[in-house]
Amino acid sequence: MRTITGIGQYVPVDSPVHRLDPAAKIGIVTAFTVALFLVDGFRGLATMAAVVVLAVAVSRVPPRAAMRGLAAVGFIVSFTLLANALRWNPATVALLRLGPLAVDAAGLRTGIFFTVRIMLLVTGTSLLTLTTSPVALTGGIERALAPLARVRVPVGELAMTLTIALRFIPTTVEEADRIVTAQVSRGVSFDRGGPLARARAYAPVLVPLFYQLFRRADALATAMEARCYHGTEGRTRLHEHRMGPSDWAVLLLVSTALLAAGWAL
Amino acid sequence: MASRALEGVSLALEPGELGVGLGPTGSGKTTLLRAAAGLLAPTSGTVTVDDRPAAGRGSPRGAVGLVFQRPEAQFFAPSVEEDCAFGPRNLGRSTEEARADVRAALRAVRLDPDEFGSREPWGLSGGEARRAALAGVLAMRPRYLLLDEPTAGLDAAGRAAVLAAVDVVRAGAGLLVVTHDSDLFLGRADTVLILRAGRVAFSGGVAALLEELPALAAAGAAEPPEVVRAQMLARERGAMLGGRLELDPDAAAAALARAAGGGAS
Repeated sequence: MRTITGIGQYVPVDSPVHRLDPAAKIGIVTAFTVALFLVDGFRGLATMAAVVVLAVAVSRVPPRAAMRGLAAVGFIVSFTLLANALRWNPATVALLRLGPLAVDAAGLRTGIFFTVRIMLLVTGTSLLTLTTSPVALTGGIERALAPLARVRVPVGELAMTLTIALRFIPTTVEEADRIVTAQVSRGVSFDRGGPLARARAYAPVLVPLFYQLFRRADALATAMEARCYHGTEGRTRLHEHRMGPSDWAVLLLVSTALLAAGWAL
Repeated sequence: MASRALEGVSLALEPGELGVGLGPTGSGKTTLLRAAAGLLAPTSGTVTVDDRPAAGRGSPRGAVGLVFQRPEAQFFAPSVEEDCAFGPRNLGRSTEEARADVRAALRAVRLDPDEFGSREPWGLSGGEARRAALAGVLAMRPRYLLLDEPTAGLDAAGRAAVLAAVDVVRAGAGLLVVTHDSDLFLGRADTVLILRAGRVAFSGGVAALLEELPALAAAGAAEPPEVVRAQMLARERGAMLGGRLELDPDAAAAALARAAGGGAS
């Protein structure tokens, strides 16, 4: 199977963060996200940045892998910076002027603040998938959302859907690659012309790709039914996971510290 | 225009028996298996498993196992053990029971549970993956096992491994194998069913089939195994072969040698 080195892909190394229960990690990432949105100054952002750097170091995930997600949000980050920094005919003293558009100190400050917040959010949350295998993650999500099952949210089915979706990402890429190769061998060019022409060249790839995906989904559903899958009711587990005392301790301590820092800074 | 996928098909399979279904592509072999597994309801007639309906209320869950064509494409768990445990877990078996079933099933297909249980299923060779997929169905402990083209796409070693697994499974379950590989399976069959355009072209034992095979082959209803084809060709060219066609290569060679006047040992 083809290996995909994508955003947030699991990095299998041994570290305290990897060993932490996935449900605890989900709790901590949730607390981190809330704290990040609570901070309203650069002092708070600097604290959160220090938390992310410390977490990356403890997780032993290569910094380049941890920051890979930033490339994907490059457009959003740039747009956020420009949208906040640029003003139309500002009354204040402009640091830079481009016709009627100008950058002033307050706008630049706001732009940098939101940009750094997004970058920290992406890097911090991607640590969850970088340090947790897809199946452990879905198990963690299932346990973290377990209370919602009492109000009839199909938590088990959601977790199963997520597992299968994650499992078939490489297969889908492989399938697309095979179709592209077959079409290139029949003279299709994907690297000629402008952006519109290139996008149009991919249309004949999408039709067989979706056909194959639907066929595969149908075959998988039938095979699961043949193996007596009828939802999670009455279904047992092969590995019983429970959060240990140390997982609870880390979850409570780190989450409380993050939320307190977010509140205070 | 609507057409019937199967019509007038009747087949009984006892535990410990091996039935072999033959026929060209599109003759209804896979439909037959799906109906027998309770995944398709017949528009008329009945499918029963141990005197109970194969599908719907009152059907014996897990009594019929179905291994689809190229089942290894449907792996989705991160390890062979977890994938094999999918069926037992759906049947509500305890963790210990499910684990024991998985280990027994892996041993039945000659995969060492200690070596293969923790491996990623998509990292296995073709023959290993096919046997692991077979183990995933065997772990449900079905009383009847249906195999759809179990040797398709495998090399000689993979085919031999699957065949050895089938021989082991046969001791404890009734088997129905639909295949184009008549060379491999006919010699082991108790009953044979040949389908053509959804109708039965032949149904009976191997001895009766060998008698009718030349006529069935002449009518285009059956494709004889290579060893039988060689004897039929020899007959057409005047070889004085006895009245019975042989499936066993040694017996066929001896008969051909006798016909050639070279004697047999």
